[in-house]
Amino acid sequence: MREILIPVLYLVASFLFIYGIKGLGSPLKAVKANQLSALGMLLAIVATLLVKDIVSFEYILIGLVVGSGIGALLAYTVKMTDMPQMVGLLNGFGGGASAIVAFAELLIRLHNAEANPSQIADFLNLKSGLTIQLSIIIGGVTFTGSLIAFGKLQGIVTGKVVKLPGHNILNILLLAGAVALIVFSSIYPGDLNAYYVSLAVALILGIMLVLPIGGADMPVAISLLNSYSGLAAAATGFVINNEMLIIAGALVGASGVILTNIMCKAMNRSLMNVLLGGWANAAASGGADAQTEKKTVKSVDSEEAAMLFSVASNVVIVPGYGMAVAQAQHTVKELMDNLEKKGVNVRFAIHPVAGRMPGHMNILLAEANIPYDKLLALEDINDDFKNTDISLIIGANDVVNPAARNNPQSTIYGMPILNVDYSKTVVIIKRSMASGYAGIENDLFYNDNSLMYFGDAKDALVKLNNELKNL
Amino acid sequence: MGTEIFALLYIFVLASFVGFELITKVPPTLHTPLMSGSNAISGITIVGALIAAGHNDTMAQILGMVAVIFATINVVGGYLVTDRMLKMFKKK
Repeated sequence: MREILIPVLYLVASFLFIYGIKGLGSPLKAVKANQLSALGMLLAIVATLLVKDIVSFEYILIGLVVGSGIGALLAYTVKMTDMPQMVGLLNGFGGGASAIVAFAELLIRLHNAEANPSQIADFLNLKSGLTIQLSIIIGGVTFTGSLIAFGKLQGIVTGKVVKLPGHNILNILLLAGAVALIVFSSIYPGDLNAYYVSLAVALILGIMLVLPIGGADMPVAISLLNSYSGLAAAATGFVINNEMLIIAGALVGASGVILTNIMCKAMNRSLMNVLLGGWANAAASGGADAQTEKKTVKSVDSEEAAMLFSVASNVVIVPGYGMAVAQAQHTVKELMDNLEKKGVNVRFAIHPVAGRMPGHMNILLAEANIPYDKLLALEDINDDFKNTDISLIIGANDVVNPAARNNPQSTIYGMPILNVDYSKTVVIIKRSMASGYAGIENDLFYNDNSLMYFGDAKDALVKLNNELKNL
Repeated sequence: MGTEIFALLYIFVLASFVGFELITKVPPTLHTPLMSGSNAISGITIVGALIAAGHNDTMAQILGMVAVIFATINVVGGYLVTDRMLKMFKKK
C-alpha cells in the first residue's frame, strides 16, 4: 500500500510546488498559490513519515516542534524593512539542512556497508561519493554565505567590501580543493575524512565568497544564495534518490538564477564584477568621476515644497533604500493620500535594485496599503517622466544619476536609470550631499530643475504632510 | 549508477526549464515573495532530514534532528512570511 501511496503523494506535492510558483505570476492568485504550495509541503512531510525506514519518532517530533516554533516566531515578528535579512537567514537554514542530511545519509551508508560487507558497492559507490560531496559543499557554502549576508544586512558584519590579501587566489584554491575532493570521493566513497575536509572547505568558502560583496550589492548575493539553497536541495535529492527534491530544488535554483541575472542587468554589471566587489573598488579609487568645479545646489524647506506639490497634477515618487532605513513607508502613504485629496495623480517608480533585495520597495509600499497598480517598473514609467510635474526622490541616489546616461567616463555608465531629470521639477529628500553606494557625485542634484529638501526621510515627509494639510 | 543517475538528471534539467519559464513571468512587484516562497520550497530537504532523524543509527538521528529543525524553520518561516506579505498586496 505505502509503496504506492508515498510516490503518489510526492507526485502531488511536486505538482503543487510548480503550481505555487506559477501562481506568483499575478498578485491576485498569489496568496492561494502559496497556500497550495504549503499544502504540497505538508503532503510531502506526511508521506515521508510513512516511509518504513523510519523507526522512531522522538527526534522527528522534537525537530518539527522546535523548528515550527522558531519559524513561526520569525515570520510573524520580522519587520517588512528587515525582509532581506529574513530571506538571507532562511536560505542559510535550508542550505545547512541539506548539508547535514547528506552527512547523515553518509553515516547511514557507512553503517550499512559495515553490516553487509559483501554488498558494500550498493551503499558506497561513485554516485554516492559524488552526490554526497556536492550536497555537502553546496549546502555548506549556502549556510555560511547566508549567515554573512544576514550579518551584513543586519549591521553585525560590515557592509563594506572586505578583501583579504590574495582573496581571489585563496577562493580559487578553495574551489579547486572542493573539486578535487569531489573527484576523490567519487573514487574512494568510503573515506569519511574527505567529507569532513570538504565540509570545512565549503564553510570557509561561503564566508570568503560573500565578504567582498558590498551592502548595496546584497540583492545579487541574496538572489544567488537563494539559487544555491535550491541546488543544495536538488543535490540532496540525488543523494537519497528522490525526484520530488530534485524538482523542487531545480525550481528554486532557476528562480535564484533569474533574479541574479535581473539584478546584474539592472546595474549593468557582470556577476563576476559583483562577486569580486569590483564596483566599490573602482569607485574608491576615484578616477574619472572626481569633480573639481564647485557647483551650487538649490534647496527648499517644507513650506516651499508643499506649495510646489499643491499646484502639481502629476507626481512620481521614487523610493530607495533610504526610505526603508527611515521606516518612512507609512508617511509616504500619508503624502499620497494628502496629494490625491488635492486631485494630484500620484504614482511610484521602482528601480529593480532599489533596496536590499529584489522587490524590497514593493513590499514596503504594499505594507503601507499603497495599491500595487500604482507601482511602476522602470520600463513602464521611464517614457512618462517628461509629462511629470514633480519627481520626488526619497532615499535613492545612484539609480537616478544621469551620469549613467551621458557620462561615458562614469563607473555607472550604461546602467539603466529612472529618467527623473526629464520631469519639470525634481525634489530630492536627502540627509546631506554625501554620495551614494557607487561613491560618485550625482549631477542630478546640480540641475536647474532640481531642488534639495534636506532632512531625514521620515521627518521631512512628516513636515511636508503638515504643511500640505495647512494649505 | 548507470541509468539511474541519468534519469534523475533528466528530471533536473526539465524541472529547471519549467522553473525558468514560470519565473520569467513573475512581475517585479512580487520578487520578494517569490524569493521567500521559493525559499520555503527549498526546505523540501526536510524529507531527507525526517528519514535520517527516524533512522536507528544514533548519530544519524541526532544529525537528522538538527536538519529537521533547520529545514522546518525554513519551511514554516518561509511559507508564513510569504503569506503575510502576499496578503498586503491590494489593487486600487
